[in-house]
Amino acid sequence: MGTISLKNISKSFGSTQVLNNLNVDINDGEFLTLVGPSGCGKSTLLRIIAGLEQQTSGDVLIDNKNVNRVRASERDLAMVFQSYALYPHLTVRRNLETPLRLRDYNAFERLPLIGNFSPSKKDKTESINQLVNKTSETLKISELLDRKPGQLSGGQRQRVALGRAMVREPVAFLMDEPLSNLDAALRVHMRSELSELHNSLKTTFVYVTHDQAEALTMSSRMAVMIDGNLLQLDTPQEVYDNPSSLSVAQFVGSPKINIFKGTADSSGTVSFLNVNLKRKSSESNTDLHIGIRPEHLEITNESNENTFSGTVAYRENLGSDIFFHVNIEDGSNKIIVRGLPQFTNQISNGSNVNIKRVSDKALLFSEAGMRVQFTNA
Amino acid sequence: MEAKQYIGEGWKHAILIIGAIVVMLPFYMMVSMSLKSQQEIQSISGGLIGAQETQTFPVCVKTGYSEETCTMKPYQYNYWFAFEKAPIPRYLMNGVIVTLSIFIIQVLVALPCAYALAKLRFYGREFVFSMVLFCLLIPVHGIALPLYVMLAQAGLVDTYSALILPWTISVFGIFLMRQFFMTVPDELIDAARMDGMGEYAIVWKVMLPTAIPALLAFAIFSVVAHWNDYFWPRMVITGNRDLFTPPLGIREFRGGIDSDEFGPMMASIVTVTVPLIVAFIIAQKRFIEGITLTGMK
Repeated sequence: MGTISLKNISKSFGSTQVLNNLNVDINDGEFLTLVGPSGCGKSTLLRIIAGLEQQTSGDVLIDNKNVNRVRASERDLAMVFQSYALYPHLTVRRNLETPLRLRDYNAFERLPLIGNFSPSKKDKTESINQLVNKTSETLKISELLDRKPGQLSGGQRQRVALGRAMVREPVAFLMDEPLSNLDAALRVHMRSELSELHNSLKTTFVYVTHDQAEALTMSSRMAVMIDGNLLQLDTPQEVYDNPSSLSVAQFVGSPKINIFKGTADSSGTVSFLNVNLKRKSSESNTDLHIGIRPEHLEITNESNENTFSGTVAYRENLGSDIFFHVNIEDGSNKIIVRGLPQFTNQISNGSNVNIKRVSDKALLFSEAGMRVQFTNA
Repeated sequence: MEAKQYIGEGWKHAILIIGAIVVMLPFYMMVSMSLKSQQEIQSISGGLIGAQETQTFPVCVKTGYSEETCTMKPYQYNYWFAFEKAPIPRYLMNGVIVTLSIFIIQVLVALPCAYALAKLRFYGREFVFSMVLFCLLIPVHGIALPLYVMLAQAGLVDTYSALILPWTISVFGIFLMRQFFMTVPDELIDAARMDGMGEYAIVWKVMLPTAIPALLAFAIFSVVAHWNDYFWPRMVITGNRDLFTPPLGIREFRGGIDSDEFGPMMASIVTVTVPLIVAFIIAQKRFIEGITLTGMK
């Protein structure tokens, strides 16, 4: 089992409130990602779960047991750090053995030399060796066991750090931005490896990242945190399609969602630029933000009451897609439109383009940034 | 390389060579005098090793040895007589006991202190650290007298304790190690905590191995300072020759009935200095190798 519940967790450093009354229930075997911009308190939350930091108020429950007063080492969690934090003076094998030695050997057996006289030590050493060998085979680091961390590449260190967490077979893994020190290609590769590892281990993963792409690709659920508040906790698809607030919508998705200023009239009809939406807002007579993701806008040859036009300021070619940064004619907005290369190859910087929407994809947000629903949606 | 650059390099080397000569000259004199006879030393003749003529040494005869025993080459005589006149091995052993005890206890105290000051958050930490800095400003000689009185009251004068105890807490060591520990990433300590290490285990099993280079630097300061210390042993060792440290031992050769005899005196100084130089050369290699924190990032 590996359920973790956070109940009303708050944390402040002096007068600075870092976490604001957070409630999260993490299911057994789940890959939960805590995602948010730097400084949003996600790492602090992870350290509170780990027991490395004490919450100012609230409870942490692991497998329904309150662990507020339980030390980090006794919570049976394993953590992978951003800098890997391998012991630089020990070989890879000893790095992997360390958590097991500390758990399995008693104080006497850990003594140098005379500890070897303990009768039970031999069996324990045997089982430790087996676990280390098994783990290193899973992670394909068997041939690195006799090296020191200084002689390993970033990706190899990453695996060793994972291995050190895995050997103990903990109830849950906590990962603090484990991929952020890797180069881009390796990072993408490790994403899939981590997902596979999670599938085969079936253990709870709590994963902290500031990279929304990692959260979207790997997690079963993601928790979006901004400024110490938990804004939304849901599956990646749901968070992407149905963000609860403007900040979540802007944080998740790359390139960023386009935001237009608009209004809803007394009948609830939403209009922005020269365009009216078909669906009606549930709030009338108010200013609104209309969010449309870049892939829900298209470059078109038509020009009618449903399109608006602008000038291409910058063309970002990713091969599979081309993103056009477009200045809207009235000068108020700079938006991003996705185009498929086969249709938009001819368009260059400075050209005038017409843009139309894919229907039923716009999102409404109130002036304060809260989500506003459509009446008939 | 251009000729101009050679000249530039030449200037640097010329200056460095002059500096080296100034530093090395006393050592040259010491070694040379430890090999030559008294006449050669006083007449400043004979170059590095002198003529090495077999002769009978009057001071030796005066001390009570037979003339036959006292007839030998000067270098033999100097070293033989140095060891005859004073129990130099005993002094060396005292030196080793005192400096090693001081260093080991200093490390036992300084490492946990430095760890707490660098990595633990507790009320009053900054104040404690400022007191450590303050203590760096106190000159040893300023508190020598009160220290002596306290040791005397405790009945510890003329014991090893008197030589060791006052030096066991090294604020310099605490400061140096604290500065080094500040550079060790917090994540390494958190990882050790997650693995199940207690705070003391972290100090000895994680911090100590990463701090070897800093510790060696401190070892050289500490060992050299206390091996060469003359002032403090002179104060607290008043009568018992068995407790003399090497610098006190050298004093045995000064003055007295047989006047100043420089040969044996220099021979004893060479014997006292050599262990330090050897230790330094061995440590120097470790300095350069030193375990770095490259495994961290």
